[in-house]
Amino acid sequence: MGLLEVEDIHTFYGNIEALKGISVEVNEGEVVTLIGANGAGKSTTLRSISGLTPPREGEIRFDGERIDQLPAQEVVRRGISQSPEGRHCFQRMTVRENLELGAYLRRDSHVQEDLDRVYELFPRLQERERQKAGTMSGGEQQMLAMGRALMAQPRLLMLDEPSMGLAPILVERIYETVAEINRQGTTILLVEQNANYALEVSTRAYVLETGTVALSDTSGALRDNPDVQRAYLGT
Amino acid sequence: MDLSMLGALTRPLREIVANKWFNRIAVPVVIGFAIVFPLFFVGASPFINNTVQALVYVVMALGLNVVVGFAGLLDLGYVAFYAMGSYAIGWFGSEFLYPVNHQKGVHFLVSRLPGSLPGVHINFFIVIVIAAALAAAAGAVIGLPTLRLRGDYIAIVTLAFGEIIGNIAANGDQLHFGQYTLTAGRQGITPVDVPNLPGVGDFSPLNNRPWYYVALALVLIVLFCNVRLRDSRLGRAWIALREDEVAAASMGVPIVRTKLLAYATGAAFGGMAGVLLSSYTNTVNADSFNFSFSIFVLAMVILGGLGSIWGVVLGALALSYFNTYGIPDVLGPFLKNFGLDVTQLGFGIFGFVLVLMMVLRPQGLLPERRRKLEMTQGIGADESLVEVNA
Repeated sequence: MGLLEVEDIHTFYGNIEALKGISVEVNEGEVVTLIGANGAGKSTTLRSISGLTPPREGEIRFDGERIDQLPAQEVVRRGISQSPEGRHCFQRMTVRENLELGAYLRRDSHVQEDLDRVYELFPRLQERERQKAGTMSGGEQQMLAMGRALMAQPRLLMLDEPSMGLAPILVERIYETVAEINRQGTTILLVEQNANYALEVSTRAYVLETGTVALSDTSGALRDNPDVQRAYLGT
Repeated sequence: MDLSMLGALTRPLREIVANKWFNRIAVPVVIGFAIVFPLFFVGASPFINNTVQALVYVVMALGLNVVVGFAGLLDLGYVAFYAMGSYAIGWFGSEFLYPVNHQKGVHFLVSRLPGSLPGVHINFFIVIVIAAALAAAAGAVIGLPTLRLRGDYIAIVTLAFGEIIGNIAANGDQLHFGQYTLTAGRQGITPVDVPNLPGVGDFSPLNNRPWYYVALALVLIVLFCNVRLRDSRLGRAWIALREDEVAAASMGVPIVRTKLLAYATGAAFGGMAGVLLSSYTNTVNADSFNFSFSIFVLAMVILGGLGSIWGVVLGALALSYFNTYGIPDVLGPFLKNFGLDVTQLGFGIFGFVLVLMMVLRPQGLLPERRRKLEMTQGIGADESLVEVNA
């Protein structure tokens, strides 16, 4: 049984059916990638899981329990947090305040330890602790969004396009950290348009096309697949 | 003239407020001064009278600041909660419900005079608590339909809500429940019970000092609540909501509950202020629950600085005194030279002052530090462009 099981979900924006029956499974300890073009439904899948846009049909189970109709805060409480597309840092809050908000639902006494852990993963954030998030570069804000999501102590971390708008050197750094977070024991569901790095760090991947799963395989196999290479890897 | 002059003049003020010594020294000094200074005026002094009103406005502005300043939900119907508070004292502290208990009345912890009258007479301070609860419930009710809306659309719904409450108040005398009506309509409810507080003197129109101290106590309580709320987990959630709703939701901030709590909290303060104002003016007047009142309180919040507690206190005092002194006593004689009647121009002058303020110092007199950033560096200014379906 997978940690996260998404089964045949249909999600709508008004009358528009954005997801037409998507099934995805993520096992404990894995890094799973969703790749696909604009509008394929990658972000919507994450939003369906996180409760921001709940699916109209289908089931989502986390750790064996249904979560598809839970409000977003309940999903976070159960151990799924996300770094949303476009980062969405609290622009006028300091780095520190952003990270503290990531721990919003926690009432345990280990928040400081996780803060230290995030600073260890992203030393740059510690340097900028008191700086307003809005004054930082895109790469730094991406680190902050990831660090903030980690502060919720997730069992499953969802990252929506962490490479968006970043210079190649920074993308490489971000992906090194993604791999490191996974090594430390957090399961990761990744969404990427820029599939090269994503397929490198992930174990398995799903290719989404216009709201359906077109293909799913191990990341290695997908990287060798000529159709995937032509459409998503730019080779 | 250099337009940034006003900004330059008030900038040192802001730095003083940001200083930690401000809280340790200035706050006790200001409170001490506020306690002592009415002793230098006679009891019936019009200045104390106007100050009592100003303090009531401070309470209302602090309440509205929770909704608009902290949580970023533009509320144009705040007058509704003033009305709720007014009717709380109208129902539970006057002869309005005179048929109750075979016209013998119901009395609870009140002094001898209201204790002998028909109608429901409950102790003023208990009515304040009732009003806070009533207004908070009304606040949550108005919050519900706005949950799916954002920005300007919230403003429209709250505006309509304020108008609905105002019209219900004005026409409530047509709503019969047995021998009772909902409100007294435009006829109004008068007289209204005064606080019963032994030891501070007589609550009468000739002695404003006890009123002043009750108003000051209410301000201090509400001020304390505001500071504590701002620095609390809930306060942080409100600011997160205001800054970025998607991010707040992704971090597990319960959007629905957090928004409703903002409305309810702000409304509760408005209800409390309504009780005091109606008791002080000795009337519940349906004609006073109009849109311009909501705008007046909103203007205080904006003038002072959205989200800034001390700024809002300053804004409320400034606009209130400007209304009672600045317009009739300063601008009145001046405008008379041009054959203009200042009583006809009150709102026009108000509007002009606000426009002037927006040009000279859009962030308010004492801006909240986050807002300041938006105005000076453009950070966070584009948040309204972010479309979400959370």
